Amino acid sequence: MHARPRSIATLLVALVTTVLVMSGSGSASAAPVPHATGSSACTKPAPRDDDTIHIQGCLTDTREKPPKAVSGVKFSVIDDSGKNVGEGTSNDSGVFDIALPGKSIDVLGNTYTVKLDKKSLPEGAALRNPKQVSLKVTFNLSSDRFVTFPIGDASAAGAGKATQGLQLAVGGLVFSLLLAMAALGLSMIFGTTGLTNFAHGELITFGALAAYGVDALPGTIHVGGTNITLAVAIAVAAIASAAFGWLNERTLWGPLRRRGTGLVAMMVVSIGLSIFLRNIYQYLAGAGTHQYSQFSSPRPWHWGPVLVTPKDVFIVIFSVLVLTSVVIALQRTKLGKATRAVADNPALASATGINVDRVISVVWIVGAMLAGLSGVLLGMSQGFDFQIGFKILLLVFAATVLGGLGTAWGAIVGAMVIGLFVEVSTLFIPAELKFVGALVVLIVVLLIRPQGLLGKAQRVG
Amino acid sequence: MDWHAIFSQALQQGLGPVAAVYCLAAIGLNIHFGYTGLLNFGQAGFMAVGGYAVASFVATWGLSFWLGCLVALVASAILGLLLGVPTLRLRADYLAIVTIAAAEIIRQTIGSVTLLKYFGGQDGLQGFNQSFAKLNPFTGRIGIPGVVTWRPYDFWVLLVCWALAALACLMVWALMRSPWGRVLKSIREDEDAVRSLGKNVYAYKMQSLVLGGVIGGVAGIMSALQHSAINPSFFATDTTFFAYTVLLVGGAARVLGPVAGTVIFWFLLSFLDLFFGQATGGADPLIPASIMNSNQASLMRFILMGLALMLLMIYRPQGIFGDRRELAIDAR
Repeated sequence: MHARPRSIATLLVALVTTVLVMSGSGSASAAPVPHATGSSACTKPAPRDDDTIHIQGCLTDTREKPPKAVSGVKFSVIDDSGKNVGEGTSNDSGVFDIALPGKSIDVLGNTYTVKLDKKSLPEGAALRNPKQVSLKVTFNLSSDRFVTFPIGDASAAGAGKATQGLQLAVGGLVFSLLLAMAALGLSMIFGTTGLTNFAHGELITFGALAAYGVDALPGTIHVGGTNITLAVAIAVAAIASAAFGWLNERTLWGPLRRRGTGLVAMMVVSIGLSIFLRNIYQYLAGAGTHQYSQFSSPRPWHWGPVLVTPKDVFIVIFSVLVLTSVVIALQRTKLGKATRAVADNPALASATGINVDRVISVVWIVGAMLAGLSGVLLGMSQGFDFQIGFKILLLVFAATVLGGLGTAWGAIVGAMVIGLFVEVSTLFIPAELKFVGALVVLIVVLLIRPQGLLGKAQRVG
Repeated sequence: MDWHAIFSQALQQGLGPVAAVYCLAAIGLNIHFGYTGLLNFGQAGFMAVGGYAVASFVATWGLSFWLGCLVALVASAILGLLLGVPTLRLRADYLAIVTIAAAEIIRQTIGSVTLLKYFGGQDGLQGFNQSFAKLNPFTGRIGIPGVVTWRPYDFWVLLVCWALAALACLMVWALMRSPWGRVLKSIREDEDAVRSLGKNVYAYKMQSLVLGGVIGGVAGIMSALQHSAINPSFFATDTTFFAYTVLLVGGAARVLGPVAGTVIFWFLLSFLDLFFGQATGGADPLIPASIMNSNQASLMRFILMGLALMLLMIYRPQGIFGDRRELAIDAR
């Protein structure tokens, strides 16, 4: 009993230390993730003194870093009666500048259409949204207007539904594998300890932040000419997350379990932990979104009709390897069998000579490592901030409940369904509502099959 | 450091309209969690439904404010029924996950561009509180001069809100000493025992969920009135967690627990905010900027709040005024 205050103090000290180490490295290289302002591109025309109004714009190819100017593209401006009132071509720094006829007072209130001549685009460049070749501009102020036409890879927006669906499924596959790692961790922890851990999202964020701590260190790490900074960062994040999970169990959940704290009380404790950690993360990492130095926007490969980035391929291969090794370990190794025995019936497992506490420690280590890895990869695929884990926590819950709380395969299957559903559903529903769709699926499944897709049909209420 | 300003402003928050709104939300949770043992993590959803029902009634459709209030209560009751049907037969952790998911569904749907013309998207709605503001009898700053004062509208909201909270407390007190309340408490202690006595546990749980949800809806209305505006960020998941902290600080399963809890919680929260704000502000701050800047200072209160919630649940789950025997909360 007397060990309790000390153990919580240990947790705090350890946390603060981890966090200081991370912040130290963070501030050491607050130096800049390169941002999209190339020096060569977009030199704005000098301000003028006359009373005319111009439509200006700048074309840059965002696939390059820094963005490259796109020159020689023809534009025309048409007024609302359909008459062509001006033409222009983008110069060497990508800028075009078209003067409108008449004084500013004549232009005020009128609407013009700026049209891009698609044929004049250089080889290999395409509008990111192929349908958007013209922009309507209405003048409410008597000042020049700056318009943009994003150039990059043509998105699937113009393609047929089938191609779009395929492209979304690729994104969904990547996302669902990341979700699966987090969900497997949550499910293993729930299975062996019964804890519904609302701080699981913070384990995910921890991985992303730990990797960022390494990645943001000054300099890069090279082996034989290849930059392996991110690989090292992923390894460090995995180890740090595992250690963090062990620390969680050792200093907080283990002692709570031994003193017989109820599961509901533990759930509320996990909410407190989640708020605590999330704000510490924000304290250290700030509120902004971060990117890792490598792979922030690589060139995609064309595989048939879909675009795949090397990053996606890496994430898929890596997470499939991790997931299969964990599942095989659960099925085949002695420790894995012990884990399943504890999940099935802790008292009985203990009676047969299994060291339940040790099994639970291992589960926390593996579970937190899976969560941390999912955080790093998620950060790689879409950038991250201090609450990335909290944002997807509900989807992780949805995946686990959908597959059946506490079953390993269930968590993976559930994550696949949720991940693919979230992405592919944007074909039919607005993208902003894609998480809503997944959560509705969760509630519907609970109505029809409360034990989840792969759960045993036992009484859960 | 200006201690007078810190204490005065912290007191202003602790007794102020925000505290009163959270008091109402926590009274609803007290019925769910404290008395029935239901883990409703979606109180923010009930609040959103209540608040947006009124706001959209007046601002979008131009109908009567008072009719809107009535509709808000009905809507939050319906939400309770909808949530209860799939989840009340399930284990406590399932209810927690479904309610938190439902609250998030409501918040994201209301904030979407698709429904922009009804609910105003992320910017929300304004200008729906004239009917309420017109009744405001106060002018000039009200309060104890030199100690704590409020703007007239704030004081009017505060007064109405605390009056509603008092009414709700009275109702909870009366209900919980009735046979109905005793059944709720025994469901919390041992559901199977109650079932074996021939009580319809499902129906009792449903009534509890709806009643607490309606009080949550009232909290949502008052929250919208207090801001004179409404937007989805008022009803984030953290709102529910704050309400839980309020409840647990004061003591769950105590009639006046939420009242004491909200005053203490908001006093401390704004005290910490002001303290760290002053400690890091100014030309020669108490805490050097290399350790903590003013952005980080505003996070300190939440860090400490999370810590307090953990420690409270571990060492004193009955809260400050609770009775440990009352609260043997446990889900199997």
